[in-house]
Amino acid sequence: MHATTENIAASATRRPRNLRWRVVDIVVVSVIAVAAGVIFWGWDQASTPVGAPIQAALPGLQGIINGPWLFAGVLGGLIVRKPGAALYAELVAATVSALMVTQWGALTLLSGLVQGLGAEIVFAIFLYANWRWWVALIAGAGAGVAESILDLTVWYPGAKPEFAAIYAVTTTISGLVIAGLGSWLIVKALAKTGALGRFAAGRETTARI
Amino acid sequence: MSIVAAVRVGPLNRVNPVAKLGAVLVISFVLLATIDWVSAAVALVLECGLLLAARLPIRAVLRRTVPLLIAAPLAGATTVLYGQPSGTAYWRWWLIEVSDGSISLGLATLLRILAIGVPAIVLFITIDPTDLADGLAQVVRLPARFVIGALAALRLVGLFMEDWRALELARRARGVADGNAVRRALGQSFALLVLSIRRGSKLATSMEARAFGAPVNRSWARESRFGAGDWVVVALGVLVSAGAVAVSVAAGSWNFVFA
Amino acid sequence: MDVRTRPSAVLASRWGWRHAGRARWAVDDLDLRIEAGERILLLGASGSGKSTLLAALAGVLGGEDEGEERGTLLIDGVDPARQRGRSGLLMQDPDAQVVLARVGDDVAFGCENLGVGREEIWRRVSESLAAVGLDVPFNQPTSALSGGQKQRLALAGILAMRPGLLLLDEPTANLDPHGVGEVRDAVEAVVRRTGSTLVVVEHRVDVWRHLVHRVIVLGDGGRLLADGHPDAVLADPDGSLRRAGVWTSQRPPEARRGAAAPAHGGEVLLDARRLEVGRPRAPFSAGPVDLGVRHGAATVLTGANGSGKSTLALTLGGLIPERGGELRSSPELSAGAATRPIEWRSRQLLTRIGSVFQSPEHQFLAQSVRSELAVGPRALRLPQPEVTARVDELLVRLRLDALAEANPYTLSGGQKRRLSVATVLATRPKALILDEPTFGQDSNTWVELVGMLRDLRDAGHAVLAVSHDAMLAGALGASEWVIPAGGHRIRAQVPRPDRAATQRISP
Repeated sequence: MHATTENIAASATRRPRNLRWRVVDIVVVSVIAVAAGVIFWGWDQASTPVGAPIQAALPGLQGIINGPWLFAGVLGGLIVRKPGAALYAELVAATVSALMVTQWGALTLLSGLVQGLGAEIVFAIFLYANWRWWVALIAGAGAGVAESILDLTVWYPGAKPEFAAIYAVTTTISGLVIAGLGSWLIVKALAKTGALGRFAAGRETTARI
Repeated sequence: MSIVAAVRVGPLNRVNPVAKLGAVLVISFVLLATIDWVSAAVALVLECGLLLAARLPIRAVLRRTVPLLIAAPLAGATTVLYGQPSGTAYWRWWLIEVSDGSISLGLATLLRILAIGVPAIVLFITIDPTDLADGLAQVVRLPARFVIGALAALRLVGLFMEDWRALELARRARGVADGNAVRRALGQSFALLVLSIRRGSKLATSMEARAFGAPVNRSWARESRFGAGDWVVVALGVLVSAGAVAVSVAAGSWNFVFA
Repeated sequence: MDVRTRPSAVLASRWGWRHAGRARWAVDDLDLRIEAGERILLLGASGSGKSTLLAALAGVLGGEDEGEERGTLLIDGVDPARQRGRSGLLMQDPDAQVVLARVGDDVAFGCENLGVGREEIWRRVSESLAAVGLDVPFNQPTSALSGGQKQRLALAGILAMRPGLLLLDEPTANLDPHGVGEVRDAVEAVVRRTGSTLVVVEHRVDVWRHLVHRVIVLGDGGRLLADGHPDAVLADPDGSLRRAGVWTSQRPPEARRGAAAPAHGGEVLLDARRLEVGRPRAPFSAGPVDLGVRHGAATVLTGANGSGKSTLALTLGGLIPERGGELRSSPELSAGAATRPIEWRSRQLLTRIGSVFQSPEHQFLAQSVRSELAVGPRALRLPQPEVTARVDELLVRLRLDALAEANPYTLSGGQKRRLSVATVLATRPKALILDEPTFGQDSNTWVELVGMLRDLRDAGHAVLAVSHDAMLAGALGASEWVIPAGGHRIRAQVPRPDRAATQRISP
């Protein structure tokens, strides 16, 4: 029995990579993005608005909380493993935000586009073939870099270099840890619940009988 | 707060969502190119004028713009504290440096965010997601499978919110709602992801069973037309941006952001 | 307009399918022939591959990267995956089948995917909605429909594709009795009108028995156990159907343990006086109610969908605040805490009232069954040996010991239900409130659950269940409260002593 399980797991990963999007790929990436949007709404509901003025007074350190907003793209990419997944996921998450009351319209679309590109470019560099934890980290960092560029252009264009530098660094670290490592851990945990049965990411972790 | 129920009043109702999106993107990109209060102020004034002409219900508009009205001054304040210093310095402490230059940059930031954000929000509240999807697929010719996949998933927002509430109550029932709110929120978020992926997989099977993704040329039950009225809206977006740029350049305050 | 479609014929020769990553073949070596226009009821225990077969016939099993296929499966001589739209699949979960936000658009979806012309699409939409008896305007929001309406909407969407083969995978499992009737009538109307071939998978045989020509029973791995005329097969000469969890008659399956005789119960643990309930930030739901939840007795709240039953259950469970009136717990139940359950801290609820939700997945917190069971005792800060003792005891009592290290989400429906009840029992609350405990169960798991609830009642717990299952109250010997639709003014208690008295106690 043990030998059979190994063979099955091995054959599941040895199958040729199929880079064409299936319907389930499209829908699940969209659904993750929509869930991310709802999760942000849920966090918003639970958190108090007191922190905002304090954050406004920080010298760029507020970048450290940017990470969570970036996980949709990396997560989508890691689960579906097809070209364009990270970008598409972030765009859909941004659209959900744009349509829900708590966010600011089309500005988030731009955010989503840029953040998605940040992660997407990283996955592309690895030819959509390497999905290990350190690639996830780099993708998260990529999204962070992209977001800091956008934020410094849209929200804080007049800032002095020290602020910009601190903001960029904290956002990137936040992206690397929360969006990168966080997403990778989430995928592992999701695979154990059996929810990813139709994806390679799910079948790698669990060879079921 | 339903994301499906668009505000369906006034002449904007009949405009193709792609046109509204186009107008917003034009304004956004142009205004993003500069940091100066003149262009932003001009754009903002023109936009408010146009939006009043669109006869949208004021209360609904105000309700949806509140987050922006809070975030913009805060971003402005951050810029006042940490903006590029120039002119007389008023206060200095560690990295904070309030000066003439940073104050005017702060003002510019505030106005700019409002000028980009207000049309973005207001136009979006009049957009129905299905119409937007039709427009993106038929007019802009984005790949249909992706647009519709996203639209189908979007419909699940209401269900996910119900799931989130149920997850909260369940945690109270399981005895873990007393403590660490952050840890609870993370656990709930994970649970929501699991539930959502399951729903998504089932939805994908349903859609495939209705021949979605089949190698057939797809037809459209609702036609998305891009007519004269839609071009007018896009043109207005261009005019607002052009007006803002013209006045700013004439006043000499044009300040290219990448300079 | 003639809507008769060309009905399809199905031919399976030594067909088999194995999902990727599994060792067992879901279906193996199946030989089956279905003639055009035939109507089939497909039965079998879980694990017999029924859903796999239906998915394959609908062409949605997935490509090479999702599994392996053996033998051939053909519809009208062609591979199902290459003629999408020839077969239509209606599945169990009403919410997972709605694609678009407006009724008309949703029905049109299938036609759009097949490239049908615009005028023809809307013509078919009208016809299909009429055929299933769904008389709502085209721009009605789909989220506002009831479960039965959503299933009929999905059926209309399928019908608009003019399929020759209609596949129904447990279409009424998630519906209340009213919805079941609606869907059954709609399906009957459709097949009589179009003459298409029909394959239904369902546990509730009575619903479909008179509509089908033939009953097929599948065993493990898709082995053919029986195949023939409904009366012959359903007589179940060798009991294999009952073992497979099929409801074979009008009478409820007999619970094996416990007594059905109604216990009159001890003192009141939870006392509701003129209680009015409603979700926070939502309109008023139900009430006023006068209700007492008693020691050692069972109560069942029934009523149509939307009558506020779940909200009432949540309020009684101390999870959402009362809208009006009062809800008091007896001193015995509150044991030193406040009198109103909503004021109790989350930890205090654990030992007083246990709430079991309709969907077990909402309550899962841990990565393994064992740690799931330990969550409650740990929250109570019990010493580790005590925690382990309680967990082990529950694992054995509820037959979950073989699954102790499995992830809760990977369990089957019945196992998840047992686990969610077990987690509640780990902290030994005096009162138990269950929301739709028998939802979606086959007869085996139904029997098991009813037996468990009877045991709990006899052990002195107060058991309250919210359910649209008409047989539950009788089976539990419970007093039954009917909540009328619209929710207002719950009428006086309607105990059913006559039903409980005639309930047979099986050997």
